[in-house]
Amino acid sequence: MELMKATTSASARTVNNQSSDKLLEILLYVCAAVILIVLVYPLFFIVIASFSDPSAVANGQVWFFPKGFTLDGYKELLRHDNIWIGYRNTILYTVVGTAIGLTVNISAAYALSRKDLVGRKWISLFFIFTMFFSGGLIPTFLTIQEFHLYNTFLVMVLPFSVVVFDIIVARTFFQTSIPGDLWEAAQIDGCGNLRYFVQIVLPLSKAVISVLGLWIAVGYWNSYFNALIYLKNQNLYPLQLILRNILITNQMQSNMGSGEAAAVALRLANMMRYSVIIISTIPIMCIYPFVQKYFNQGVMIGAVKE
Amino acid sequence: MKTSQPSINIQRTFGQIRKNWGLYVLLLPAVVLLLCFSYKPMYGVLIAFKDYSPALGISDSPWAGFKYFEKFFNSYQFSRTIKNTLIISIYSMVTFPIPILLALMVNQMRANRFKRVFQTVTYMPHFISTVVMVGLLLILFSPSNGLVGNIYQLFGAEAPNLMGSASLFSSVYVWSDVWQHAGWDSIIYIAALSSVDPSLYEAATVDGASRWQKIRYIDIPMLMPTAVTLLILRVGGLLGVGFEKVYLMQNNLNISSSEVISTYVYKIGLLSNQYSFSAAINLFNTVINFILLILVNQISKKFSDSSLW
Repeated sequence: MELMKATTSASARTVNNQSSDKLLEILLYVCAAVILIVLVYPLFFIVIASFSDPSAVANGQVWFFPKGFTLDGYKELLRHDNIWIGYRNTILYTVVGTAIGLTVNISAAYALSRKDLVGRKWISLFFIFTMFFSGGLIPTFLTIQEFHLYNTFLVMVLPFSVVVFDIIVARTFFQTSIPGDLWEAAQIDGCGNLRYFVQIVLPLSKAVISVLGLWIAVGYWNSYFNALIYLKNQNLYPLQLILRNILITNQMQSNMGSGEAAAVALRLANMMRYSVIIISTIPIMCIYPFVQKYFNQGVMIGAVKE
Repeated sequence: MKTSQPSINIQRTFGQIRKNWGLYVLLLPAVVLLLCFSYKPMYGVLIAFKDYSPALGISDSPWAGFKYFEKFFNSYQFSRTIKNTLIISIYSMVTFPIPILLALMVNQMRANRFKRVFQTVTYMPHFISTVVMVGLLLILFSPSNGLVGNIYQLFGAEAPNLMGSASLFSSVYVWSDVWQHAGWDSIIYIAALSSVDPSLYEAATVDGASRWQKIRYIDIPMLMPTAVTLLILRVGGLLGVGFEKVYLMQNNLNISSSEVISTYVYKIGLLSNQYSFSAAINLFNTVINFILLILVNQISKKFSDSSLW
């Protein structure tokens, strides 16, 4: 009797659960759909607006398709040399900066991952301390000036290339993924540390190298702070600083005359704000789906506690 | 015998160093860069206590004691910048559970295709640069010809000027951050959930648990340690509101609630060239952050066994 009661209540519970699970399922996909729309629609709007007549955009006629299709916004970009100089500079900073950053951080991380490194604890502290304490803006600025790096190419790629967080991620990777026996064996064969690092460790570390490389590259592509502080020469400006002038401080509009010419210029400047967003973001958005799995991997590597 | 013990140890240590000289070569570039560009500026912090003059240099400039700290504490910008900084960081802390909710959602999705699309789309805005992000806000929130303005127009209402409002500044800042980064921030929780032992769910199914109950009694407890660690870290960075986005979002209309410590340091230092004053404000901020971090780390050690070092 007791047993039967128990079974009936359990099956009643299952029926109950099924309906509550259904409800959850519906709620889940409704919420997910809303989130997707909130994330995608603004970006989609920028894309269609970049191909639309700006007065149609201003009058609220552009919702799902471009209205008054035009490429004027993109043509306008071609007239602005500083955008393309900025583009070139950003590519240079990203490529050189990522190469330097990877070299410096990965090699330091490997050394710190080795348990037989004498003074490991103190050297780690030397690195980690800089994550939490810094001289601050002005003392750093004065230091850069003292090294004669102000307003140079080098200031954009060298002084701030050590990223202690990345070193910790890579160190954790080396500790967990490179078997210690390998070094023992290599040592017996008379292989030195440097050769072992280059010929054995690096080929085994493609995952962490890609992750850090992508993090660093995206960081360089997107940053404007160092350029704002340490560059004066417009020809050295990276894309983001040019974008700031176009999108935020509206410098393109300030030097306009009046009358009809001004109205045309204003229209073009408005259109250009859309197209410039598209062309500056496209490189990252194109690479992104291909490298997404590495980003996930990276966070997982970083999440592994020592 | 006893007296020679330390010297043997020292010899062994030196032998070890000589044997592993290659490792020190690998460390060298990073160490040199940190010495030059992190530790040297730390010495430069002395200018906060001096009347710095570029002609005299750091060491020869006359001492000023705590003059510049007092100047900051007595200025009206002191309470204003600290209040604004705190409002923004506490407000963003309130949005802390959103990435957890996203992770719980992703974990419930059965349709793999949809799950992948959902993850790709939610991570994507993270890669938009700060400049473009603020540019987007300006365009979309423009009352005259932006998307938000158009939506208001549909209902025949007048759109508020979101970007030029002091009272709405923190909301725009925080929620645009959520829009941009919540998906990315959920990755760490998704990783934590993917490591849950499947037999736990099976056992729960056998016991007749509903999906709600599985979320409530399995998923959420599994996320707690990660969530607590991250939350504690956030507390440690309470006065560390970043410069980049706030500075770009600032304008004359919202300045009363958008001036934070980091932007004030920049303006005093590099725009009006009061080096010592700026360094003093900066140092004050760094020290408070450092103390908070150590405090919070101690608390975290005590309650959750997780600490930063």
